[in-house]
Amino acid sequence: MSDPVPPPIVAPSTTPPLSLHVPEPAVRPGGKPDFSHVRVPEAGTVRRPPLDVAAADIRDLAYTIIRVLNREGRAVGDWAGSLDADGLRRGLRAMIKTRAFDARMLMAQRQGKTSFYMQSTGEEAIACAFQLALEPGDMNFPTYRQQGLLIAQDWPLVDMMCQIFSNEKDRLGGRQLPIMYSARDAGFFSISGNLGTQYVQAVGWAMASAIRGDTRVAAAWIGDGSTAESDFHSALVFASVYRPPVILNIVNNQWAISTSQAIAGGENATFAARAHGYGIPSLRVDGNDYLAVHAAARWAIDRARRNLGPTLIEWVTYRVAAHSTSDDPSKYRPKEESDAWPLGDPVERLKNHLIGIGEWSDERHAQARAEIDQEVLDAAREAERHGTLHTGPKPSAKAMFEGVYKDMPKHLREQRRELGV
Amino acid sequence: MAVEVLMPALSPTMEEGKLAKWLKAEGDKIKSGDVIAEIETDKATMEVEAVDEGVLAKILVAAGTENVKVNTPIAVIGAEGESVAAAPAAVAAPAPVAAAPAPVAAPAATVPAAPKSEPDPVEEVPPGTEFVSMTVREALRDAMAEEMRADPTVFVMGEEVAEYQGAYKITQGLLQEFGAERVIDTPITEHGFAGIGVGAAFAGLRPIVEFMTFNFAMQAIDHIINSAAKTLYMSGGQMGCPIVFRGANGAAARVGAQHSQDYAAWYSQVPGLRVIQPWSAADAKGLLKAAIRDPNPVVFLENEILYGQSFQVPKGDFVTPIGKARIVRAGTDATLVSFGIGMTYCVKAADELAKLGIDVEVIDLRTIRPMDLPTVVRSVIKTGRCVTVEEGWPQSSVGDHIASRIMREAFDYLDAPVISVTGKDVPMPYAANLEKLALPNVQEVIDAVRSVSYR
Repeated sequence: MSDPVPPPIVAPSTTPPLSLHVPEPAVRPGGKPDFSHVRVPEAGTVRRPPLDVAAADIRDLAYTIIRVLNREGRAVGDWAGSLDADGLRRGLRAMIKTRAFDARMLMAQRQGKTSFYMQSTGEEAIACAFQLALEPGDMNFPTYRQQGLLIAQDWPLVDMMCQIFSNEKDRLGGRQLPIMYSARDAGFFSISGNLGTQYVQAVGWAMASAIRGDTRVAAAWIGDGSTAESDFHSALVFASVYRPPVILNIVNNQWAISTSQAIAGGENATFAARAHGYGIPSLRVDGNDYLAVHAAARWAIDRARRNLGPTLIEWVTYRVAAHSTSDDPSKYRPKEESDAWPLGDPVERLKNHLIGIGEWSDERHAQARAEIDQEVLDAAREAERHGTLHTGPKPSAKAMFEGVYKDMPKHLREQRRELGV
Repeated sequence: MAVEVLMPALSPTMEEGKLAKWLKAEGDKIKSGDVIAEIETDKATMEVEAVDEGVLAKILVAAGTENVKVNTPIAVIGAEGESVAAAPAAVAAPAPVAAAPAPVAAPAATVPAAPKSEPDPVEEVPPGTEFVSMTVREALRDAMAEEMRADPTVFVMGEEVAEYQGAYKITQGLLQEFGAERVIDTPITEHGFAGIGVGAAFAGLRPIVEFMTFNFAMQAIDHIINSAAKTLYMSGGQMGCPIVFRGANGAAARVGAQHSQDYAAWYSQVPGLRVIQPWSAADAKGLLKAAIRDPNPVVFLENEILYGQSFQVPKGDFVTPIGKARIVRAGTDATLVSFGIGMTYCVKAADELAKLGIDVEVIDLRTIRPMDLPTVVRSVIKTGRCVTVEEGWPQSSVGDHIASRIMREAFDYLDAPVISVTGKDVPMPYAANLEKLALPNVQEVIDAVRSVSYR
C-alpha cells in the first residue's frame, strides 16, 4: 500500500517559515522568582456592583483583583464588612486546622500509612471562606484540593483520616482513593480523579435545582490547568444558556504539576475573562485574602439564590506545596518562589487583621495553633487505631462487591462466594 | 528501645532510591517530625521524617548511596523519651497509644519480581546480536529518541512530557535533545490534544501522543476511534492518520477505580486501529519503533509496574513486527496465552506447574490487534488445553475472543473448555487487600491450568 499521507505543506519561498509558540513560565529553577506579570491593585479600590448587575457592566472586574485587606491589615473598600469578629476567628481556626491536617497527613504518607496525599497549603482561605458563605443543602463539586470545604464545617477529621488510611472504619469501604472524599450530608460531592468532569456536572445539578423549584445552589470547582478540559467550556455554555444557580470557581494557583498557568492560556487573558464570551458575570479575587473571598463568595451565592444566574470567579492564589506526594517542585520552579508571591499568606494576613482590630493576639494565636495541632494529632491516633494502609484492620473484603450495582446481581454474589468472603 | 528507620517508599510502585544526604549526624537529638534525611527517586526528592524521639544512634546507609531498596534499614534511633509530641497543658492528655506504629513502614508494593537479566531470546533479531539489560522505561525512551533522530516528522506531545520529563519519566532527556517544538507540554485536555495530534497526523507529521495514563484518554476516545481509526476508510484512502497513542494502561498499585483499567479489550474491537501491549523491554522498544513507522493509528498500551523492570534488549536498530505473537516457553501439556503484565503471572505459574509435572507452553500475544491467532491455534492443537490470562474485566475480554476462535478453529482438538483468568467483575477498589483480591494472581492461573488438565 502506498503511504496515504500527503507530504508536509511547504510555505511559499517568499514567506519566512512558521514557528510554534511554546509558553514558558517567567522563571525556572535557579532563576530569581518573578511575579511582575501579576498586577496587584491596592485593596479597596474595586467597586462592589449590585447583585443584578449585567455581565457587560463589570467586564473590568475580570481584569483586576478584588482585595479587602490592605498592607496594614485593615479591611477597606466596598467589599469589607461581610463578617463579624466571631466569623473571622472561625475562619482563622478553619484555615489553621486545614494546614495542620495537611501537615499531619503528609507525614503519614511519608511514613507509609497511606499511599498518596495532596496539600492545599497557601490556598486555605478559598475553600474555608467559601464554605462558610454557603448554606446547608448547597452542593460543592470539588477538586482534590478543597479539603477546607469539609474542615471549615467541622466535618470529623477522624472520618477523613480513616479513608486516607484505608482502614476498617473507612466509610467508603476501601473502594476510593485517599483524599477523594464523598460526603453528601456536608454538601461535598464525590470527587472524581479525572479532571474537570465535576465542573459541567455541577451546572447540571444546578439546572436540576431550578427545574425542581428548589432553593439550593451548586458550586463548581476547577484549577487553572483543568480549564483546558472540554468540560470547562461545556459548563460555561450551559451556564450561559440556562442561567442556573451555580458559582463557577476557578482556583488559579499558578501551577498544574510542572506546567505553569501559561500552558492553560493564562498569558493571553485572565481566566476570569473567559466568562465574557458567554455573557456570564465574572470576578477576579485575591484568594489569599479571607475577607475578599468571603465577600465575593457571598455576592455570587446570593445572586445564584435569587435566581440571577451563574457567576464565574477566578481566585488568584499560589500552590505553595508540591502538587502531590509524587512530585518535587524544585525540579520545575525556584524553591523561593512561594516567598516572593505578592499576595502573601492567608493565615498570616487574617491573623494580623484580627490583631489589628483588637480581636486576637499572638498569644491566642499560638494557643489556638497548639490546640488545633493536638486535635489533629488526637484524631490521627484515633484513626490509626483502626488501621493504616499496611498495618492493622482493613476494609472488609465483602465491600469489594458492594455498590457495583444498587442490588448485587447473581454473578457477583457467586464471585463473592468463590472468594469465600 | 532502639527503632530502625526504614527506607521509605514515595509511591506504591517505588522499589528503590538514592539516599541523597543526611541532615542529622550520629549522636544528634531527634524530635518527631524532624527531617533526618533526603531520598531521591527518578520521580522526586522526598524528606524522611523521624516518627519517634530519641538520638540518632547509627547511620546504616551512607549519604550518596544509590539503589537503596525500599524497607532497608537506613538508621537506628535510640529512644530517649517516650512521648511522641508534648501535649499543651490546656488539652487533656491523650490516651497512650497501645503500640507505636512501625517507623516509616513503607508499602510493600505488589510488584512482581523482575526476571533479572534472564536471557530473553527474540527470534526477530539475527543470531550473534549483542544484548544489553535495560528497563522497559529506558527501552520506550530509546525507541522514541531513535525514531525522532531518524525522522524529523516524529514528535511527542502530552501532559508533563517536556519540562518534567514525563509523569513516569518515559520522555527523559527528549526535551533537551529535540527542543520544545518536538517535545511539547500540552494543556490538560486529552480530548483536545488527541484531536490536535490527529490533525497533525492528517497534515503529514507523525505524532506520538502520550497519555499520562489511558484512564485519562476516555475523553479522547472519540478522536481515536471516530477519527484516527476511520478517516483513511472514510476518505477513500486519501488521508490517513499515522499516529501513536501511548501511555500507562491497566492497574498500577493503589490508584483506585478510575485509574486502573485495562483497555486492551476495548480498543481491540476497532477496525483501523493497531493495538499493542508489550511485556518485555525488547518488545516495548521493537514494537514502539514499529508503531511509530506504521502508517496506521496505533494504540500502545504500557504498564506502570513494568516500567522499572529489566530485560535483555538487542542492541541496535531492530524493529519487532506488529501482529506476531511470541512463544516464550515451549510446552506440550497446556497453552497459556497472555500479554503485557499478564505475562508475569504466566511465567511464574509455568515454573510452578513444571514442578507438578505439567509442561506448559506460554504465548505472549504482544499485539492484540491484529491478533496472531494462528500461533495460538497451532499451540492448542498440540496441547489440547488453553488458559488465557489478563487483568481486564471478564465480560467480552480478550480471552473470550481467543476462546471463541479456538472453539471454531480447534474444537476437535480440545480436551477441556478454555478458561479465561481475568480481574473480578468490579471497579478496582483502592484498599491494598481488596485490590489484591480484585486482580488475577499466580495461584488462579495455576488452578485454571490444573482444572483444564483435570489434575
